[in-house]
Amino acid sequence: MDNKDEKPNRVVLTEAQKKRQRERSIAIACALGILVLLFFAVTFVKGPGVLVRPM
Amino acid sequence: MSVVDQKAIELPPRISEASVADYFALLKPRVMSLVIFTALVGLMIAPGHVHPVLGFISILCIAVGAGASGALNMALEGDIDVLMSRTANRPIPRGRITRGEAMGFGLTLSFFSVMTLGALVNWYAGGLLAFTIFFYVVIYTMGLKRRTAQNIVIGGAAGALPPVVAWAAATGSLSVEPLLLFLIIFFWTPPHFWALALFRSDDYARAGVPMLPVVAGPDATRLQILLYTIVLVAIAAAPWPLGYFDWVYGVTSLVLGAGMLVLAINVYRHRTGSQALRATRRLFAFSILYLFALFAVLLLDVVVKAVVPLIW
Repeated sequence: MDNKDEKPNRVVLTEAQKKRQRERSIAIACALGILVLLFFAVTFVKGPGVLVRPM
Repeated sequence: MSVVDQKAIELPPRISEASVADYFALLKPRVMSLVIFTALVGLMIAPGHVHPVLGFISILCIAVGAGASGALNMALEGDIDVLMSRTANRPIPRGRITRGEAMGFGLTLSFFSVMTLGALVNWYAGGLLAFTIFFYVVIYTMGLKRRTAQNIVIGGAAGALPPVVAWAAATGSLSVEPLLLFLIIFFWTPPHFWALALFRSDDYARAGVPMLPVVAGPDATRLQILLYTIVLVAIAAAPWPLGYFDWVYGVTSLVLGAGMLVLAINVYRHRTGSQALRATRRLFAFSILYLFALFAVLLLDVVVKAVVPLIW
């Protein structure tokens, strides 16, 4: 039987680790946001031609 | 259960404290800046009109692809980077990023740079970018670097490809001009890196990397630098009489080439002491300026030809 008072064995991040993790997450979000914007911009640039895939 | 397994379980999980700057350093930003510049020239001298958005995406993808190659290179060379003073401060030797993390980062960026260039610009350029990354990581880093003194000669092809990829992005095809740019960078690479290797040969010897000065000795390297510089100057000047680039480029190429030749002769002549060290450092520094100036002239030529008709 599990003891309900026993805390689960979890990794507790230090403040520095949390800060770095947050910074990395923001950087990934920005990179993905830029990728979305680039694809969106190209639909305007190419118009219907966006569906044409020249080799 | 063995003792080793028991210890493995008892190890605390590794929590990364790597900053965004550490990951950025994996991209080899200084190499990337030269890639961006040479690719920009390849894109700008290409015939026809390239939409600025597509041009920007092309350069961005080429830059990210080059950065991804750098990250994969560092992931594969973490064991020797720690032994060399020039590379000991990189994120992996410093313990900021693991080789696995760098590998994942590099592969992710490679995938996205190639697929984005292919999907948004054209698959010809995307394929060439994929080949460039493959050549740098598999052929150069995994295949040549630790096996042969010709590592940077053959591997130089990867560094020479960005303007070709950019031209392909702009035109969807290839022509003589991007191949001339390729040849210029290809023959520029040996004198540039062997000059570096001459004053860093202890580093390379410690790491067991068979650079030419380590394997064949400094005198043989000096001769090779001089010979490659002669070929480089001839190839860099050739597009002018062949009619591909105009006289401004031709004259600049000859003047800069004369500078390269003088410095390469100095490296050949001064073989010991502080004079020898100064000569190799000068050649190394000037070679960067040489390539930059040569490509800058081509870029300026395009800009002037585009702007002058608007003014007059």
